[in-house]
Amino acid sequence: MSDALVQVSDVHKVYTRGAERVDVLKGLELEVGRGEFLALMGPSGSGKTTLLNLIGGLDKPTSGRVAVAGRDLTRASPRELAHWRARHVGFVFQFYNLLPVLTAARNIELPLLLTGLSRAERQKHVAAALELVGLADRAGHYPMQLSGGQEQRVGIARAIVNDPTLLLCDEPTGDLDRQTAGEILDLIAELNRRYEKTVIMVTHDPLAAERARRVLHMDKGMLVEAQAA
Amino acid sequence: MRWLAQTVAISSVNVMSLGQRLGSSSVAVVGFAGVVAVFVAVLSIAEGFQRVMARGVSPDTALVLRAGSDTEMSSGLDLEHTRIIKDAPGVMRGSDGPVASAELFVIVDVPKRATGTDANVPLRGVEPAAFAVRKAVKIVEGRPFREGQNEVIAGRAAAREFAGLEVGNHLRWGDNVWEVVGLFSAGDSVYESEIWTDARVAQPAYRRTGFQSVYARLESPDAFQRFKDALTSDPRLDVEVKREDEYYEAQSQVLRTLVRTLGNVVALLMAVGATFGALNTMYSAVAARGREIATLRALGFQAGPVLVSVMAESLLLALLGGSIGGGVAYLVANGYQTATMNFQTFSQVAFQLAVTPRLLVGGVAYALAMGICGGIFPAIRAVRAPIAMGLREV
Ligand SMILES: Nc1ncnc2c1ncn2[C@@H]1O[C@H](COP(=O)(O)OP(=O)(O)OP(=O)(O)O)[C@@H](O)[C@H]1O
Ligand SMILES: [Mg+2]
Repeated sequence: MSDALVQVSDVHKVYTRGAERVDVLKGLELEVGRGEFLALMGPSGSGKTTLLNLIGGLDKPTSGRVAVAGRDLTRASPRELAHWRARHVGFVFQFYNLLPVLTAARNIELPLLLTGLSRAERQKHVAAALELVGLADRAGHYPMQLSGGQEQRVGIARAIVNDPTLLLCDEPTGDLDRQTAGEILDLIAELNRRYEKTVIMVTHDPLAAERARRVLHMDKGMLVEAQAA
Repeated sequence: MRWLAQTVAISSVNVMSLGQRLGSSSVAVVGFAGVVAVFVAVLSIAEGFQRVMARGVSPDTALVLRAGSDTEMSSGLDLEHTRIIKDAPGVMRGSDGPVASAELFVIVDVPKRATGTDANVPLRGVEPAAFAVRKAVKIVEGRPFREGQNEVIAGRAAAREFAGLEVGNHLRWGDNVWEVVGLFSAGDSVYESEIWTDARVAQPAYRRTGFQSVYARLESPDAFQRFKDALTSDPRLDVEVKREDEYYEAQSQVLRTLVRTLGNVVALLMAVGATFGALNTMYSAVAARGREIATLRALGFQAGPVLVSVMAESLLLALLGGSIGGGVAYLVANGYQTATMNFQTFSQVAFQLAVTPRLLVGGVAYALAMGICGGIFPAIRAVRAPIAMGLREV
């Protein structure tokens, strides 16, 4: 067994929409080592989100194997997957996906409700996560009261509050202006460097991809190494 | 434990976000409220009717009818027989002899106040002992009728419901003119819907020689069996003996069944509509929150708590609607004065609609049942939807 954290081997993903059949992933192979910062690029509809969802245990391949830390996700039940996600994966979404009725702190606390932590311990973790993303003074704010960049910081805090091994980011800067995007990328890079999170980030933005240590291109359902820029 | 925490967390998010779905949520609430209001209001007729038929009647009073008669209307007893009945063992005896009254029961036409149309009102011819048999009867206005005179007293419920039953008024029924000389109360019982007069005056007026019933006050409720056995084993008699309370309870049966059936059918039809309304509301709630639900599940929340939380939201709307509906029914219907036909005697009984605690609980339970039906399918859809799909929603 290789010591890669993420192993995707011979993965096919086929969507059928009525009579129409879409082959999105066609025998895809991917290995991501521990502590890597990988950027996934590729045209719209090429299957980047699909791949990220497979690695995050949100979806299952039509065939092939997806394993994370030696665990075969394709054989896990939905229940086990939910449990696994809560412990090992943090998701960062393009549109932040914060719950509008909850404050920043409450949003960040959500994954902690799945652990056995006491209320006081949860609050400590939430405070630390807020501190890390630089929003210690915005704990009581609702998503509506935050800027896009701040919302994404809350989204990142929520993704890391459980201290997961793997951080999956789907176009985390896709909805932000250049400067804010840069700040968010700094944060993600810091999480990778300082906190040793393994990061897989889908992006359309070549500047964003530059921050990664490795860039792969999705092409015709396969991944190809990007030419060094 | 953690499962509970998940459920509570998701449910509270649901409830907090209800405000964003105020429009569609209130449609469901109004639907539930409408069904429950109608359900409770219709059934309050049955409750009120049952209540009036159960009040002021007692197990220590017996009622004797001709064998085979279910009601006084169809009964008939000779003077001779009424004497034997009054002297039977078990009948309480006062200074004037047995506390028992041989009575006549005929129907007269009196216009309803509400509609002006003639309705059947019972005219009861009684003997003096009738007032000792039914101790609840009290003159509340005017005076009692005098023996041998064409005078009547009217129950206060009858006077309220029907026109012309004011003290001092003269009424023409058949060939006779009667004067209303008093009004009586009778502990809110069915007797308050009647008009009473002297049996000996009613007999010639309605060309009767005998009577229709004997009401006898017994020494105690336990004396009933002795009294009944004595009468039914007496070869000179062919009679039916009932307790007063059981007789009136049985009389309310037909109407209660009718009203309950009607109430349930109407409520059921409406409930189908309201449940579809709730289904619609919950489907759109689930759809509107598709991405939120998918996000929570991506974070690791299990399907079970999501399902329960959608149900909880639906049940909350049902509880709200049910309470509003019950409250509206209580405010509008409870105590409402009305009169309806007693189908056993074809005469009117005045009563008040009664929205009882039992009905309110039933109404809310009914709403919750609708809430379960309206919530379960959207809840299942919410957890069946693939997370990856939900995350793509905007
Ligand atoms: N549930 C589904 N049913 C059918 N087709 C789907 C489904 N999900 C995705 N697809 C299709 O699969 C293909 C890959 O989609 P995916 O979202 O993975 O692409 P992407 O690379 O992330 O694109 P984008 O850059 O626009 O986000 C698209 O053609 C999409 O329409
Ligand atoms: Mg995508």
